[in-house]
Order: sequence, then structure tokens, then C-alpha cells
Amino acid sequence: MTNIRLPSILDPVAIIGKKFLDIIKLIGGVGLLLSDTFFWGIIAPLTGKFPDRKSIEKQLIDEGVNSVPIVGLLSFTVGLILAMQTSFNLEKLGAATYFPALVAVATVRELGPLISSIIISGRVGASIAAELGTMVVAEEIDALRSMSLHPVRFLVIPRVIALFIMLPCLAMLANVASIAGAFVFGASTLDMSFASFKQMAFEYMTDTDVWTGLLKAAVFSFLISGISCYNGLTVTGGAEGVGRATTRSVVFSIFAIIIADGIFTAVFYYLLKL
Amino acid sequence: MIIPELGPPKENIIVKANNLVKEFEGRRVLDNVSFEVKKGEVLVIMGGSGCGKSTTLRILIGLEKADEGNVWLFNENITAYDDKQFDAIRKRFGVLFQSGALFNSMTVGENVSLPLHQHTELDENVIQIIMRMKLEMVGLTGFEHLKPAEISGGMKKRVGLARAIALDPELVFYDEPSAGLDPVMSAVIDELILDLKKKMNITSVVVTHHMDSAFKIADKMVMLYQGRVLAYGTPDEIRNSDDPVVQQFISGSADGPIPYRTSRDLYLQTLAGIAEERIDTR
Repeated sequence: MTNIRLPSILDPVAIIGKKFLDIIKLIGGVGLLLSDTFFWGIIAPLTGKFPDRKSIEKQLIDEGVNSVPIVGLLSFTVGLILAMQTSFNLEKLGAATYFPALVAVATVRELGPLISSIIISGRVGASIAAELGTMVVAEEIDALRSMSLHPVRFLVIPRVIALFIMLPCLAMLANVASIAGAFVFGASTLDMSFASFKQMAFEYMTDTDVWTGLLKAAVFSFLISGISCYNGLTVTGGAEGVGRATTRSVVFSIFAIIIADGIFTAVFYYLLKL
Repeated sequence: MIIPELGPPKENIIVKANNLVKEFEGRRVLDNVSFEVKKGEVLVIMGGSGCGKSTTLRILIGLEKADEGNVWLFNENITAYDDKQFDAIRKRFGVLFQSGALFNSMTVGENVSLPLHQHTELDENVIQIIMRMKLEMVGLTGFEHLKPAEISGGMKKRVGLARAIALDPELVFYDEPSAGLDPVMSAVIDELILDLKKKMNITSVVVTHHMDSAFKIADKMVMLYQGRVLAYGTPDEIRNSDDPVVQQFISGSADGPIPYRTSRDLYLQTLAGIAEERIDTR
């Protein structure tokens, strides 16, 4: 009865094919989950079925307010490093004082939204997947369904809405912290005054740079919450399954963010010439 | 063994399953399972691990779909119902899950009052009174402010039961109500099931493999073995059954038609439904 399967030369092809199918399944699953989220978040409130306000408030604090220290600290450090790198290299061209402009534009266009989203994927995405996965294992999701309470309405909507509100705020915080880090470097090593730093930083930065960055953060929030909720709700196999879902949600969220960021950059700066 | 008639249930039948078939990845876990439950009756579905009793329960409460066969709840054929159609039916029954399935982020009181908040327009004060009454019914007065993590396993099940009966359902499903409990707590849960039947005429479907508990509470029993109905009848009929597998279950013998020692291959064949003849004819 026991079948011993010999390795085949086609095994790598099968592995690649399986990974590809997994990714297609994930994209399909996240898409369906987000369409359900759209229904419960936008259509259902029009018929009087509102999402639970208390749950949203709790998630705003858990996902957003509690992430402020780590996003602020890391963004400040990245700003400081970026300022050191750029001023060192610009000095060779005799343009060391231009570093605030470079840091500011790079931060608001790219680094602020990207860094905050990656930190949130690790901090919030992992916690969403683990929490929902544990609820699946403990039959809490079945219990919700058996009480005619839709898991998307009760568990997904508060997390998606909270992250949609908080991630652009955290990206803005990352922008400010990063530029502050650059200023600390300028003031401490180049004796730059706040006025001259501000003038240099804001001269080349436009409103478009800021809102395109924040728009990206808003879209990234859907990617993180969608992927994490999907991975959490589809856990199978007990504690090991929860661990796997947590890892998958972080890896796929970061992957999706970077791919989406590439698409945004191409659309904003090459197609739309913003 | 009385076999329920095919077709829709008679008037006083609350739950009816007709020839349920369910397969997972080519493995048949339910094979023509049929039974019915009258109003106010306690039906116990029993059998060993992996015999298909939990799958039967999941089909009855709408968490799984049967591949073949029909299910009627409250005289409605729910077999092809989607989640939305099932929602109205779900408000008429309660489910006690194996682990209690309480929401850990909520207090005991919030857990019990959740269905009341979601499905009724009652005033908050009335909801609080009902919640306390339900907790009192399961013997947990004054526990409403504690979190599930602060109470014992048996208490969690009792809170789960209070939540299951919060909306005064006509029918309650229990998944392994005595699993993991000490004998005293197990007896408490049995008493609660009988109490609900006596005081509120609640119909119950209980999935269990605890024989003492099953014989104590059942009006009718279904014994599943390898996905099939092996015995179906009153507790006395089951007790007097001449089927050796049923007798092994009742006596709790380690060896018998269900062998003590099994090989990996035989186990795999049993899962695939190939070896059942071999075991049955021993």
C-alpha cells in the first residue's frame, strides 16, 4: 500500500507551479475578501447595518496609536542616515547644503510611506494574522457564523477601516520624523540653522509629492489588512498553521507593497508626469 | 434499527437528515447518514474519533455543505441554503462549541449579551437583566465582569451554553459538551442539558463519545462508525444491540472488532474506506 515516490527531474517545475498557484489563490482570496469588505463597509451601512464603533476605536489604538513610537523612532533614524549619506556624497560635488532638499523629497515621495508600511506589515499585519488565526483554531469564527454574525463585518471591517485611517497618518509622522532626523544631522555637524534647513527642504518639495505619498500609504493599508486578514481567516492545522499564516502575511504584504510601489512610481512620475 | 422515512419531515420533527454524504479529498467521511429529532427530544450522536460526528454537526448548523442528501431544520429544507438564507434559521438555534468558543477580547457578560445586542432591539437595561438571568441558569451568577482567560474550562463551557440560549432558541446543538471536563463538571453540563429540556422544552442534538453521559441524557441515539449509521434507536435499544462494535463502545473495551493494534497501512485503508469489510467481518 505504501507508495515510495522517486524524485523526478520535473519536481522543480512542480514546485514553481505550486508556488505560482498559491500566489494566484492568495490574490483571488484577498480580492474576494476585499469585495466582501467593500459590501460590509460601504453598502451595508447604507441599509442601517453599521460597523461596530467600539471595535474600530480599539483597532485605531492597537494598530495606529501604539505604532507611533516604533514608526517615529525608525523614521527619525532613517532620516539621519539618509542625511549623512547624501551630504557626504554631495560634498564631493560641492553641494553639501542641498542635502535637506534631497532628503525631504525622497522621504515624502517614497521613504515615509514605504518605511511606515513595511513596519506596519511586521507589527500590525503579523498580529492580525495571528489573532484571527487563533480565533479560527479556537472555533470563535464558527461561533460567530453560527450566531448569524458575519466574520467580515465583525473582525475584518474594523481592522481595514482603522488601518486605512491610521497608515496615512503614520506615513505623515514618518515624513516629519525622517526630516527631523536630517535636521538634527544638519544642525549638529554642519551648523545649519532651522530657517536655512527649512528653506532648503521645502524649496524643492511640492504638494503633489506629499499627497501622492499619502495616497500610496492608503492603498498599502488595504494590501496589508487584506492579506493579513485573509491569511488569518484561512488558517488550518492548529498552532503550526497560525505560525505559517503569520509569516506568510508579513512576507506577502511586503512583497505586495513593493510591487504596488513600483506601479505607483511608474504611473505617477512617468505616465502622469506628476 | 428504525430508519426515518425518506422525504420531508412530519410536523413535530425539528431536525431531519436524509442520506447525508460528505467527501473530503476523495475520502467518504459520511455515507448515507439519516436520523430525525422530535420536538423536545435529546438526540445523541456518538462514535469514535474520526467517525464523522463532528462533520454531521457542522452540516446541521450550516458550516459545511453535504455532497448528497437533505437536511431539514424546523421543516425547512436547508440543504442548498447559502449563508444569507441560513441567517434567519441560525437565530432559532444555539450552538455550544467544544471549547466554549468565547471571544477572549470580551468579558463573560459581553459574550452572553452579544447575540442580544446584534439581533434584538431591546433596551440595554433589559439586555443586562437577560444576560444575568442566563448566567444564573448555568450557575454562574456574578461572573459577568470576568474575562474568559480568568475562568476554568468547565465555566467557559457553561458561559458558552448561556450564550447559546441567550435568544431563547428552540434547538441547541452541543459539540462534545463533556470533553476535557472532570466528572463533576461533566455531570453539571448533563444536568443543564436535561434542565433546558424540562424547563424550556428545548430540543437538543448532542455530539459526544462519553457513554455514561450519552445514556444519561439521550431520548434517542445515533451511533456512527466509519461514516455510516451503525445503530439508531432509544438508549435501551442501543444497550441491547447485538452489534459487536456497539457493544465494544458501550463496554469501552480496548480490543474487539475495533482492534487494539493497527498497522499504518490498515489505518490508511480504513480512512479510504477499503478495509471496512475486513474489520466488520472479524
